[in-house]
Amino acid sequence: MRNLYIIFKREFASYLHSPIIYVFLIFFLLLNGVFTFKIAGFYERAQADLNPFFMWHPWLYLFLIPAVSMRIWSEERKSGTIELLFTLPVGMFEAMAGKFLAAWLFTTIALCLTFPMVITVMYLGNPDLGVVIAGYIGSILLSGSYLAVGSFFSATTKNQVISFIVTFSTCLVMVLIGFEPFVKYFQDMHFPVWLLEQIAAFSFYTHFMSITKGILDFRDIFYFLSLITLSLYGGALVLENRKAV
Amino acid sequence: MHTEVNVQNLGKHYGPIKAVDGISFSVQKGEVLGFLGPNGAGKTTTMKMLTCFLTPSFGTANICGFDILEKSIDVRRIVGYIPESAPSYDDMNVKSFLEFIADIRGYDGSERKKRVTRVVEITNLSSVLSQDIETLSKGYRRRVSLAQALIHDPPVLILDEPTDGLDPNQKHEVRTLIKDIARDKVIILSTHILEEVDAVCSRAIIISSGKIVANESPTELRRRSRYAGSVEIAIRTEEARRVHDILQSIPQVQEVETLSNDAPLSHYLAIPAKGAKIDEDILKLAKERDWKIESFSIEKGRLDEVFRSITGGGLS
Repeated sequence: MRNLYIIFKREFASYLHSPIIYVFLIFFLLLNGVFTFKIAGFYERAQADLNPFFMWHPWLYLFLIPAVSMRIWSEERKSGTIELLFTLPVGMFEAMAGKFLAAWLFTTIALCLTFPMVITVMYLGNPDLGVVIAGYIGSILLSGSYLAVGSFFSATTKNQVISFIVTFSTCLVMVLIGFEPFVKYFQDMHFPVWLLEQIAAFSFYTHFMSITKGILDFRDIFYFLSLITLSLYGGALVLENRKAV
Repeated sequence: MHTEVNVQNLGKHYGPIKAVDGISFSVQKGEVLGFLGPNGAGKTTTMKMLTCFLTPSFGTANICGFDILEKSIDVRRIVGYIPESAPSYDDMNVKSFLEFIADIRGYDGSERKKRVTRVVEITNLSSVLSQDIETLSKGYRRRVSLAQALIHDPPVLILDEPTDGLDPNQKHEVRTLIKDIARDKVIILSTHILEEVDAVCSRAIIISSGKIVANESPTELRRRSRYAGSVEIAIRTEEARRVHDILQSIPQVQEVETLSNDAPLSHYLAIPAKGAKIDEDILKLAKERDWKIESFSIEKGRLDEVFRSITGGGLS
């Protein structure tokens, strides 16, 4: 556990050291603003909640999170530091989890920087703060899941572009299988409803939406946490078997 | 804990490619083992297996009592390693990078500070401590990598081409350093610079196509050379034209090369038959025929020639 913390610390410091990460922050905040106010019509709805803010996150994260996760392992592979790291007395899962947690802390901080959104909605009306907090928790879990999927794929390749594209595609599928218009399309094509529902139960989208409604169901949280653990474990296995490729 | 490395039938196959094909050797405390071989011979692969970065296809190795397959973390704890390209986290500065390594190696507080200060001193890094590693020259980056490998004062050091890309002064520094610390350690280093074997190694292993083809001291290796024991002689005499044939007539001399012939001074290289000693015969002969010897030297043998002949590159 000590090594996990040391790797986490180093990794997080390297985020703060990298100029690209500030570009990411600006993009993240800017896009959140544009989507919430311009596209979702935050003012026009005249409702004191943050739904128009959170509803975009599954889509926004599709582009932004793989941009963070792609470098987690691909860069270590490319620069050869993976050989340095794994010839030190460091366990595979410690390294995987340490790096993942650093990235997760970073995206969580980025998300917390959207606090003016909360102030705005509190100034304009009386939002249900429980729902707002649930929304944030949901969004943190969602970003964690994207990141875990991303670090899994990052562990498989030294090419950051491939890592980005594969993560993006996988997460897109994981969103779409629970996205109503998409599910509806397959229903119209006479796919059995029970099958579609079973598949939708594995979607990021379904679980995220259920949390943002303000219901912190154990099953949703369990879903996200187990998905994160599985992805990290899978990534550790990939590293164990193909460190040097 | 007995400091030694024991490699047993270690091998790595990638499909049909036999990168390392079952090699065995052992190294004792105090030895500096040079790992030689043409590019692609399996040097780096072997080192990666010994440091638990690559899993062997078969065989194993024991490092200070720890098996590389079963006690991987323990092996990594006691081995210091510089990978071939000397990678380090480029976005960190030298000090925080070394502190990170010390952290991982389990040192904190004043112990960590002491360890970092010590390796910085040994490797002469104090002037660049606060610089980002990516801004450093190749020589300094090598030194950072060396510092990293030494932080826990490891009983076993594995260095993959530690002087690659360094200028002659830096090479000399690194070699001096290796010799300084070698006394109570096992050091395995790979190189394809033959002079390095002479300079630092107490023993050399030559591998070719994944197999060990020689395992002996540099002196013994040299004796394999056809030039070993050959005599280079410069003679001033009136019968310069006949010297070649006279030398050739010595029974033990296999071949005489004329290096230069500006009568009355001429210059020859006499190569003995394998293992024979010809220097005294030649001296005796020179005395008999009243040749005036201007210079005389006995060759110890040429490592590069031995290297080429046993790794299959010696087509000439």
